[in-house]
Amino acid sequence: MADRSLVHIAFYAALIAALGLVPPVAIPFLGGVPITAQTLGVMLAGIMLGPVRGGLAVLLFLFLVALGAPFLAGGRGGLGVFASPSVGFLIGWPVGAFVAGWIMRATPGMNIFASAAISAAVGGILVVYLFGIPGVAYMANLPLGTAAVGSAIYIPGDLVKVVLAALIAQTIARGLPGAMLSRS
Amino acid sequence: MISIYLQGDSWLHRTPAGLKLLAVAVASLLLFQVSSAFIFAACLAAVVGCYATLGRSGLERLALLRGLSVLLGVLLLLHWVSGTFWEGVPVILRLLVLILAANLVSITTRMDDMLEAVMPLFKPLEWVGLSARKPALCVALVLRFAPYMMQILSRMREAYQARTGAKNSWKLLPPLAIQCLRMSDNVADALQARGGSEGLSGQADIPTGPRAV
Repeated sequence: MADRSLVHIAFYAALIAALGLVPPVAIPFLGGVPITAQTLGVMLAGIMLGPVRGGLAVLLFLFLVALGAPFLAGGRGGLGVFASPSVGFLIGWPVGAFVAGWIMRATPGMNIFASAAISAAVGGILVVYLFGIPGVAYMANLPLGTAAVGSAIYIPGDLVKVVLAALIAQTIARGLPGAMLSRS
Repeated sequence: MISIYLQGDSWLHRTPAGLKLLAVAVASLLLFQVSSAFIFAACLAAVVGCYATLGRSGLERLALLRGLSVLLGVLLLLHWVSGTFWEGVPVILRLLVLILAANLVSITTRMDDMLEAVMPLFKPLEWVGLSARKPALCVALVLRFAPYMMQILSRMREAYQARTGAKNSWKLLPPLAIQCLRMSDNVADALQARGGSEGLSGQADIPTGPRAV
């Protein structure tokens, strides 16, 4: 892997860590469920860097969390995070970023907003929940359906993030076209 | 600054990182084989006892349960709604033990030692012609630049607040991402000028950032 890609991966992992500091926003009409900026970073990693680099950036971020860096939203970190019932979502993150990047690459003709929205929805929601819900079901010994209902409260917030990810990707593409590494 | 490591010199701090990791992995596997609430309660007492041996600051780290209690409470509620409350209790206890035990390893192991303990896992990279040192370099880069990115973000938020009065906006993220990519290009150039990551791998040891104090 080229050194430049290596540094891009590291910087994106650092960016996801920085996003953990953004205070969670509770949206009243969504029942006050807090939404954090961190999963937005996961979606953007795939959309901006492409499948391999995006997935590796998220993986590197999680590796640092496992080593003990308190980079997750709320200052959480360490191995305990990976023993928690939400571990499935964390496992889904790098795969989701990979899928998001892959969709960006597979839709080169589409405008950035539409392409990024689809990438974020499929990679950032569908794939992540595909790992997250069985994770909750296994760790908490609940039936899949119940685990899905329990996780569903976060979906409205995630839909907001899909729109934001698409808006952000579009703004970046306009400001610095070379930044869309997933498309180059 | 950036570690959940707890400074100290307890018996757990002195135990090698690899041994602690192995112990917590084996214990986790074993815990999934049993389902008795009494065993879990005993394990919970043992783990909390281990926190107590770290002294007062060790017990303070149990504060992590505050944030966790909501999640575990919701899960227990889901069990209660599905009519499996009494099957839910040992499951929640097991999660508590798993999380506290894993966290115990993290707060008593320095990040450098943790990285060193898992480095052998990257050996397979060499079989496909990649350097096993590259992950270590990446870790060093993130540890160096994550605080920097946080600084940039907070500076941008202050400027934004001064202009608009609002504290937060998604509008801060595009310039943040652009700055991030620009800066990473500069760092990539700097790395190349110093012989690239392969050049670095000739050195005895890649520093993994400042040690936690």
